[in-house]
Amino acid sequence: MLYAFLCCHDEAIVNSWTKEEDDAVLAKRHKVTEKLAARGKLGPAVRLMPTTATTTVRMGREPVVLDGPFTETKEALLGFYLIDCDSLEEAIETAKQIGQDENVTFEIRPVRLFLPQGKAS
Amino acid sequence: MTDVAYIDHALRSARPQAVGALLRYFRDLDRAEEAFQEASLRALKNWPVNGPPRDPVAWLVLVGRNVGLDAVRRGKRSEPPPAEDAISNFDDAEADMAERLDNSHYRDDVLRLLFICCHPDLPAVQQIVLALRVVSGLTVKEIARAFLVSESAMEQRITRAKSRVAQAEVPFETPGAAERAERLGAVAAMVYLIFNEGYSASGGQAHMRVSLCEEAIRLSRLLLTLFPSEPEIMGLMALVLLQHARTPARLDADSAIILLDDQDRSLWNRDMIAEGLALIEKALRHREPGSYQIQAAIAGVHAQAARPEDTDWSEIDQLYGALERLQPSPVVTLNRAVAVSKARGPEAALAMIEPLAAPLGAYFHFFGVKGGLLMQLGRAEEARVAFDHAIALARTPAEAAHIRLHLDRLMKEGQTPEKKVGQDVGIPRPRSSSV
Repeated sequence: MLYAFLCCHDEAIVNSWTKEEDDAVLAKRHKVTEKLAARGKLGPAVRLMPTTATTTVRMGREPVVLDGPFTETKEALLGFYLIDCDSLEEAIETAKQIGQDENVTFEIRPVRLFLPQGKAS
Repeated sequence: MTDVAYIDHALRSARPQAVGALLRYFRDLDRAEEAFQEASLRALKNWPVNGPPRDPVAWLVLVGRNVGLDAVRRGKRSEPPPAEDAISNFDDAEADMAERLDNSHYRDDVLRLLFICCHPDLPAVQQIVLALRVVSGLTVKEIARAFLVSESAMEQRITRAKSRVAQAEVPFETPGAAERAERLGAVAAMVYLIFNEGYSASGGQAHMRVSLCEEAIRLSRLLLTLFPSEPEIMGLMALVLLQHARTPARLDADSAIILLDDQDRSLWNRDMIAEGLALIEKALRHREPGSYQIQAAIAGVHAQAARPEDTDWSEIDQLYGALERLQPSPVVTLNRAVAVSKARGPEAALAMIEPLAAPLGAYFHFFGVKGGLLMQLGRAEEARVAFDHAIALARTPAEAAHIRLHLDRLMKEGQTPEKKVGQDVGIPRPRSSSV
């Protein structure tokens, strides 16, 4: 099963990291993800720009275009990984490894449809 | 990231909201700051044991408010009781706390806190210093270092600024839409001043004080989070990101200025540029042009040119033209002249800046640009005179050294026309008063 690991974090805190601190977090995560990649389990990983760069399109009879993220929660979606895991157990374990020593929250969501090239299957 | 580092970041990023909310309760800046300080100390003891709260700001406000109220109650025994209205405010505060502290609440609190620092009686540098201390929470030592003065001198300056602000009548009611817009404009200008203070120091040895720029970026981000659909705040955010993206390329190993043309563009921060461009695009959808948006667009044109010769100078000329119409200023015209010299040649640019001699007679960049244009036209003697003026007006050793480089070239090359314009094309810098 392919799982999406949605990285949710208090954006104000992530934005206050220095470049060195940011690099350190990425380097630490990379140690885990490179092993997954070596086993062919790692899909694309994405880091999103801050939510201040977000535009929301809400469809209705008239589509409404809004500035900012859809929800105003403290913890925002800042990026995600796609990882092939054998079980939810394994997915949870993987999340714990990637986020070790961080105050990040991972929302693990099984992937329903994955189109790496964006083509309709 | 260790727990202590996490708490440190959480406290730092919670500070503007928390101090702003505490100021609303106590209506006294010192008391609000002390309450936040005490709440922070308790967080350092409590959070490693009980884990960080889900909402650090709300935690700090609640604890800070209780601590502050205790202090007021203790004080009552020895001091005269607080004024009637202060007591009833505390009752209001109780009711307020029952409400969920949401972003729209913080929005006006943070805005008020920043707005207090923009008091019109305070000279620009005092405003910056106060905001860095009160809103950003930089230590007096850190601020003193950035402004190259002693810690005690900076302490005095902050104390004076605070007492000035304390006497001002700041309304604590929720502002109306017009007043909110007015406050936001003043606050944005101050954040921009902080950025400029870091981007191009008004004195001292350090030409760029990166930490001030980073602080301005943080404050812009905070404003944009609170006012997500204000195109000028998007413009401000984009502007500071795009300017700051060039920082790694702006000075050489000896702290000498590197002109835009000569900068190693591979050193520019691509993440910041991408975010800045995305924000400009968002802002343009609103079709409410403003000076930050236009300046950001100008910086964006530079950022998109892979090589100096790829720069779309006629686009920049047009953008400066739009800025001139919106906000006529000799400094804007001077910057436009640099674009004109690239797009239409130095002669046209020189004609454009002739009328600026009077208003910009004491402006370093005016003589720098003038000298550069004269040099391009092969008028070496006149160029030398302009450069001499510029050196006399330079505010930092790096600025002076940069002009001397041009003079040396003039000496070496004799009458050979130069192709570069002596100007680090940048933002039209509002002139801040000296410290």
